[in-house]
Amino acid sequence: MKRFVIAVYVENKYGVLARVTGMFMRKGFNIDSLTVGATENPEYSRITITLNGDDYAREQLINQLKKLFNVKIVKLLETETTVERELLLIKVKNTTENRDEIINTADKCSAKIIDNTTDTICVEVTGEPITIDAFIQKMKPLGIVEMCRTGVVALESSRNIMDK
Amino acid sequence: MPTEYREKMTGAQIIIETLIEQGVTDVFGYPGGQVLDIYDALYEAQGRINHVLTAHEQGAAHAADGYSRVTGKVGVVIATSGPGATNLVTGIATAMLDSIPMVAITGNVSSSLIGKDSFQEINITGVTMPITKHNYFVTDVNELADTIREAFQIAKSGRPGPVLVDVTRDVQAAFGDYTKKEIVEPFLQDIASDDDIDEAVKLINESQRPYIYIGGGAAGAGMTKAIMEFAEKIDGYIGCSFMGLSAFPNSYNRFLGMQGMHGEYASSMANKAADLIIGIGVRFSDRATGNVDKYAQKAKIIQLDTDISEINKNVKVDVGIIGDIVSSFSRIAERCNKNKHPQWQVLVEALVEDSKMILETVEKNVGEKMTPKKIFDVINDVKDKDTIIATDVGQHQMWTAQFAKFERTRRFASSGGLGTMGYGLGAAIGAQIASGDRVVLITGDGSFGMNLNELATAVSYNVPVVIVLMNNGSLGMVRQWQTIFYEKRYSSTVLDRKTDFVKLTEAFGAKACRVKTIDEFRQAFETAMQTDGPYLIDVVIDINESVLPMLPPGGSIDDIIVSRKLGG
Repeated sequence: MKRFVIAVYVENKYGVLARVTGMFMRKGFNIDSLTVGATENPEYSRITITLNGDDYAREQLINQLKKLFNVKIVKLLETETTVERELLLIKVKNTTENRDEIINTADKCSAKIIDNTTDTICVEVTGEPITIDAFIQKMKPLGIVEMCRTGVVALESSRNIMDK
Repeated sequence: MPTEYREKMTGAQIIIETLIEQGVTDVFGYPGGQVLDIYDALYEAQGRINHVLTAHEQGAAHAADGYSRVTGKVGVVIATSGPGATNLVTGIATAMLDSIPMVAITGNVSSSLIGKDSFQEINITGVTMPITKHNYFVTDVNELADTIREAFQIAKSGRPGPVLVDVTRDVQAAFGDYTKKEIVEPFLQDIASDDDIDEAVKLINESQRPYIYIGGGAAGAGMTKAIMEFAEKIDGYIGCSFMGLSAFPNSYNRFLGMQGMHGEYASSMANKAADLIIGIGVRFSDRATGNVDKYAQKAKIIQLDTDISEINKNVKVDVGIIGDIVSSFSRIAERCNKNKHPQWQVLVEALVEDSKMILETVEKNVGEKMTPKKIFDVINDVKDKDTIIATDVGQHQMWTAQFAKFERTRRFASSGGLGTMGYGLGAAIGAQIASGDRVVLITGDGSFGMNLNELATAVSYNVPVVIVLMNNGSLGMVRQWQTIFYEKRYSSTVLDRKTDFVKLTEAFGAKACRVKTIDEFRQAFETAMQTDGPYLIDVVIDINESVLPMLPPGGSIDDIIVSRKLGG
């Protein structure tokens, strides 16, 4: 099992996201995360998919994506030359014992405290998925009340630009 | 654009004009509330485009499919919203699984009523997303013509398939511009790399026992002659998947027939004996390979396919040639060395002998009994090279695959991938209307019962289809599996119905007879083949007739079952 990051350029048309996710369901792919959003060109959206699987799953996923009519570009991003980011919003129990550790850990991870009430502290963390994992790990014993991850967005490093 | 070529038309008129512009001469369909405008435009276009009214939308979809299978043209079907559209679903899925080009046009409720569970509203684009190559929901009349053109383009490009265009009623009624355009050309396909071609040529030149395995892709691409010449050149043998049937004349001495679960022993064994398998437009489906772990262990595999996702999907191949199979194949063929493999020839000839012996074992001691083999001997004897054979799904379908003799391409219409019982009659009607040639529908009492309402269509349009109903009073194929794998626990497979198919057919207005001996069958079949219009022959066969040989599911050629004494 390996982890793959795949970038997909799709036309902004009726039902595109449903076509992509429907294909995953149909072919039995197990996706770790999927993000979708605007690009430099208003006619296209960019989907970033992370997948844990073997080489067979990777090859099939890419080839099946290429078959979808509204999909324009499918690219497997090489880990070494790719910048990955994810955003986490997390609410942790605010207690006298907890408070310092939350603030300290947030500080070390360059995270922001965005809300602070008598019950909870809400932190915004941006970073590579492993940083997010580590932050969550640290918060677990302190009592996570609620959290939400955006899933990975990824771009290749500045020299590599997707050929459109 | 010069203004004289531009016209204001309603959306419905634009649909029909665009169909005519794209070379469509026949459409199949069924009217309804949300396609009233389209049917009005069809009424107006009488003489320029022919509409065939079926008894049910499913029959119309199968007819469009059969139409396409025998001509290679894009089949077109029209249905109304809601139930009309959902009735197309099985027909569209059938076309999808067998890569048949089809454009389905459905009406939907007006834009203002969409999403409100309005009367006969269904989100058919959502329903058909997994079973179409692509689909469209059109809400702007000015996008209608180009959308339909694109639908044709997608349907016939690369690996063909069905495309659905859903048009809201207000769009059908709205006025828009229409400018006539040329028939769309398929998209350009990938060109295989020189390295891959080199690698394939190398493997072929090194091979001592080459086997060419062809599927629906090769059959549909008109590659018969090129593949025959190639087989002669490299001294190889050819076998096919179910979808490859009718691509090669059965009389051709290098053609070993269909391989797989109910295939010829010789072609299935050739996979095992070969040192190289050259797959052309074929997906190495489970029914054709058996257990993939045991499949062709000694062979290297080259796979040519236009669909990139087919390479390495079902079996791991040594060389995948992606792109237009016709051009890739000719590049490979012209560079391969002329070769002779006398040892391979001896081996294959022995396999063919074994194949014949297995068949003889199956047919041994049958005496006067009317067996499927004997029925096909008569059919092959009486039909001519242009006769089309359509089937439903079940034992009769596999008997057709085993025994029917084809002499030319595109003479076979049968649901291979989806295995749709009830496919046959609609497809037979479509195939006949497309070709003008006589169609023999081989069916069973189970399958025929599913969509026999299309007898009404066959009678209305006086379609010369000879229906050979192999009547064993059971769902024979499922029953056969129950015999072999479920200790004869015949759960819901013995029909024991009181349907009189002769009277039933007569009630629809067609001719029919019942036969119990092979002599009666010959006489009836000869008469039927001379009859103008539909003719049903109710052929009473033994409930214990089985499709043999058979490879059990998940097994390999080593697990072949040849014994006749099953239900006995």
